[in-house]
Amino acid sequence: MSSTILAIELAYWQQTGLRALLGLVGVLLPAGILVYLFLFKMMSFMQSRLGPMEAGPYGSLQLLAEVGKFFQKEDLIPAAADRVVFKMAPFVVLISTFLLVLVIPAGPDLWFIDIDTGIFLALAVSSISVIGILMAGWASASKYSLIGGLRAAGQLVAYELPLVLAVMGVVIQAGTLNVQGIVMAQASGEIFGWGGIGNPFILTQFVGFAIFLIAVQAELTQPPFDMPVAESELVTGYLTEYSGLRFLMFFIGEFATAGIFSALAATMFLGGWYVPGLDPTDNLFNVIGPLVLIGKMVLVAFLIFWFRFTYPRFREDQLQQLAWKFLIPLSLVNIVATGILKVVF
Amino acid sequence: MSTSTLFAATGGFDPLTGGEVMVAQNIAFAIMAVTMLVGAVRMVTTRNVVHAALYLVIVLAGAAGVFILLGAEFVGVTQVMVYIGAIIVLFLFGIMLTRGSFGDDDGVDGERRSMAAMVGALVLAVMAAALVDTFRDAELSRAQPSLTADVGDLIFSQYIVPFEAISVLLLAALIGAIVVARGD
Repeated sequence: MSSTILAIELAYWQQTGLRALLGLVGVLLPAGILVYLFLFKMMSFMQSRLGPMEAGPYGSLQLLAEVGKFFQKEDLIPAAADRVVFKMAPFVVLISTFLLVLVIPAGPDLWFIDIDTGIFLALAVSSISVIGILMAGWASASKYSLIGGLRAAGQLVAYELPLVLAVMGVVIQAGTLNVQGIVMAQASGEIFGWGGIGNPFILTQFVGFAIFLIAVQAELTQPPFDMPVAESELVTGYLTEYSGLRFLMFFIGEFATAGIFSALAATMFLGGWYVPGLDPTDNLFNVIGPLVLIGKMVLVAFLIFWFRFTYPRFREDQLQQLAWKFLIPLSLVNIVATGILKVVF
Repeated sequence: MSTSTLFAATGGFDPLTGGEVMVAQNIAFAIMAVTMLVGAVRMVTTRNVVHAALYLVIVLAGAAGVFILLGAEFVGVTQVMVYIGAIIVLFLFGIMLTRGSFGDDDGVDGERRSMAAMVGALVLAVMAAALVDTFRDAELSRAQPSLTADVGDLIFSQYIVPFEAISVLLLAALIGAIVVARGD
């Protein structure tokens, strides 16, 4: 975000306030969109039912009803729990989510922080949520929670590697870690001298895109990677003892992170806020950029949730084998291939 | 307290930059330093191993903050990624997998306290001597944060030998872990 908006000069505290407000929107909006569009509606249609229909037209106000329900519930803390750690855990997860939204630009001048390490920062802060999950699992003083937390840690550490390595190909191709730079590299790129649609990296980094989506699925502990919250074995794993507002915070954290990772994938592989045919520095993008980005985010999230509603759960050993024996070697090959092609062309 | 009084308090002269006092940076550093100190002391005095690991998170996050304050963005972010995202998670994972105990740990009695203090003092002395000897009166560039591309160039040109040596060290650790785990 530049220091002037519509030619109005903003003081530092006004900019900071605006950033905080937009950060809140940037976390809650994707979470709301994904929960209503996919969790309420798409899943219902796939299962031949209507989903929520009563609150508002087509159940569009169901989200508010759900939030109201969670607000009314009692804030239960198990007697044996480690109270301080138990209370802090959801905040740690949310901190990770809020830091994650900072790096995504929504237009040529619409960004929270234009930082040189961009995408690397996003991947680093996304790993903070693992600590929140482990804290929740341990502090609940319940065997279901503890086993859920342990499974989550094993899984998240394993899939952190393919997640990072998949991004490397994009970084090599764009020549920068800066997210805005990656968008610009795609917008001004050419496919064998033809610059009609720029050069969205999904064309050259298709393997990276696939690995990134699989790893994101695992990082979000969504089916088929939902071993940590496997409800038939562990009740809901590390979430078992949480109720009311604290459960809601974990829930928002999960779906907001799903949305933000989708937006990140859209930014790195589908060109972010850019649409072909226009000048990427055009001021128009400061207006339509956020809408384009949300559109692409919904597209990527559709894939994630499609897998979520379709596939049965992995076994724990299959899950680890997929990460260590297949995804990591494949992403290393992808990096080497990208590096060689980058030097050749 | 207004900015001018803070300027007055330090005489308008910062020994580190040799000029303008960076008030915001100094305040941020003070907050981080105090938080880190409290976290570090609590980490070694608490009798609960999981709490100790969590206090270590605070110390490491503070270190990352200090790196960013110095304009070393890449190092700061790497600190978060490697230490908070991986090493602490492994600590917690290991503690929970092997003990799963809850509340204070009777095994934590600090009987090797003096030995640990000695090692700590030794590490502090070696690090301090190395840092002072390396940098002397050198001034940090305050023009802009150091760029990741520059860090990469330096690692793979001027510092290629130390970098490769560390790689071999890590490989040795990996092989050692496999040998210990196989047990034959």
